[in-house]
Amino acid sequence: MRKNSTKLIILAVIALICMLLFAFYNIQGGFSYAFPKRLERLFAMVITGTAIAYATVAFQTVTRNRLLTPSVMGIDSMYEIVQTIIYFALGSSSIFVVSRYLNFGVSIIAMVLFALILYRFLFRADKHPIFLLLLAGMIIGTLLGSLVTFMQVIIDPVEYESLQARLFASFMNVKTELLFISAGIVALAFLYGTRILHKLDVMSLGRDNAINLGISYDKMVLRILILSSVLIAVSTALVGPITFLGLIVSNLAYQYFATYKHSVLIIGASLISIIALVGGQFLVLHVFNLTTTISVIINFIGGLYFIYLLLKESRKAG
Amino acid sequence: MIEIKGLSKSFGKKTVVEDVTLKIQAKAITSFIGPNGAGKSTLLSMVSRLLDADTGEVLLDQSDVKKMKSDAFAKRVAILKQANHLNIRLTVRELVSFGRYPYSKGRLNKEDQKFVDQALEYMNLTDMQDKFLDELSGGQKQRAFISMVIAQDTDYILLDEPLNNLDMKHSVQIMKILRKLVDELGKTVVIVLHDINFASVYSDRIVALKDGRLVKDGPTHEIINSDALREVYDMHIPVQVQDGCRICVYFNSHN
Ligand SMILES: Nc1ncnc2c1ncn2[C@@H]1O[C@H](COP(=O)(O)OP(=O)(O)OP(=O)(O)O)[C@@H](O)[C@H]1O
Ligand SMILES: [Mg+2]
Repeated sequence: MRKNSTKLIILAVIALICMLLFAFYNIQGGFSYAFPKRLERLFAMVITGTAIAYATVAFQTVTRNRLLTPSVMGIDSMYEIVQTIIYFALGSSSIFVVSRYLNFGVSIIAMVLFALILYRFLFRADKHPIFLLLLAGMIIGTLLGSLVTFMQVIIDPVEYESLQARLFASFMNVKTELLFISAGIVALAFLYGTRILHKLDVMSLGRDNAINLGISYDKMVLRILILSSVLIAVSTALVGPITFLGLIVSNLAYQYFATYKHSVLIIGASLISIIALVGGQFLVLHVFNLTTTISVIINFIGGLYFIYLLLKESRKAG
Repeated sequence: MIEIKGLSKSFGKKTVVEDVTLKIQAKAITSFIGPNGAGKSTLLSMVSRLLDADTGEVLLDQSDVKKMKSDAFAKRVAILKQANHLNIRLTVRELVSFGRYPYSKGRLNKEDQKFVDQALEYMNLTDMQDKFLDELSGGQKQRAFISMVIAQDTDYILLDEPLNNLDMKHSVQIMKILRKLVDELGKTVVIVLHDINFASVYSDRIVALKDGRLVKDGPTHEIINSDALREVYDMHIPVQVQDGCRICVYFNSHN
């Protein structure tokens, strides 16, 4: 068996190759125009990839499950909801739409608040079986989704068009003006996030052992849930929802590295995440010559993988 | 010294620990005994901050444990729960190394390694230190967890039924090690035991709980007699003296 450090190096090399290919392969239409555009996209993918990887692994450690992720529980759809409500209630000329930063701030705060309320309600007793949580999360997600559809139906058609443009964020359509503020928030989050990696290791022993070893457990759980919600919220606001990416990369990392060490798991998951996004987008654009974005494909594969994990888990339980 | 003052805890309408006040003598082994559901584990959980009390307080050398810093507390008091289940896959040595976390914060130095080696040695686990926990028998796993708590090197060691799953030889071995930790290193051990004879032979003091209340608290010889034990267990427990030890022979008792 390879050592984990070797595995990390292999992944890092693959990720680098993907990034180089994406940046330089077959540039058309003038280097000085296309190259900065590609770099922007690349930058967005690296930010979101690592943010989602960290958020998912940390979330799964503190909730002690490997099936649920913040996205699966519906934080992503909260973004749509916030935007729709703003358009619905205030219209496209309101300051909350016009000012990108204000919009960004409001969306993130709303997503984090929603996440915390959801967790408070769902994880309070810490006793609910995982399928119940999953079901509850999905029902809430669906409910909110229907609400959004309803509002979108009765909204003014012109407004709707502009809302659609807003909601349809993707890697090919990165909101450049939000790139740097997102990077800033993610960097701040990681500044804290990397300092608590060893606490995450201890917390994976469960509440009682973690408290015994001197972790302020409940406080840390809250902080980590906030941290992971912020990361997911930022990445959703930047490039739109990639619901199943976190689930795929975290579980691949658990399997590939077979360790409890979060330093390894999180770096590994981030690299896998970058490979999936950048490599995937490269294949989509240059090999399959499709115009679709990688998010769609990841969600498709991720959905299948999710079902596979569910079945595996239920077989284990039954 | 640990002082428990008027501690109570209810789950819903059910009061499981009711107004318990007692002092745990330092540098001694105190055994908690009592029937199933008496509240022993709940009491221990409150002392070790795993569970918040409804009323009352726990003082560690005169200061309220709830006000102590988590990492400072972890260097003074260690607890091993009755049931331990891990979601992650660890080797024995990795688990025991976690016991050093309050000191090392994840980066073990030479001294930490020494404590880990010693704790493994104590529990006879040196040979299997690189095995994964899920490859071990129930008793071996239990010893690995005890080993982690010993590596934590705290003044106070709280153990909830640590003899679970252990054969006679290892039970005796562990009780002797606990004795040694108390007599030679000046540790304070609180241990929940169902095997009353281990309590009788190895502990300095015994605390008996029943229906959430403290019913007995005294030196071992005052508790290990038929009258006191009847109060605790509602059954007749004859006591015989064997090689200077008081042994309870309750196996075919008729109330
Ligand atoms: N989390 C909980 N929720 C509800 N009731 C609980 C909870 N924990 C314990 N109890 C109840 O409290 C009572 C005392 O439980 P506790 O575990 O303290 O008993 P114990 O003396 O350790 O018993 P045993 O010898 O079987 O380990 C029991 O009746 C139990 O059902
Ligand atoms: Mg118990």
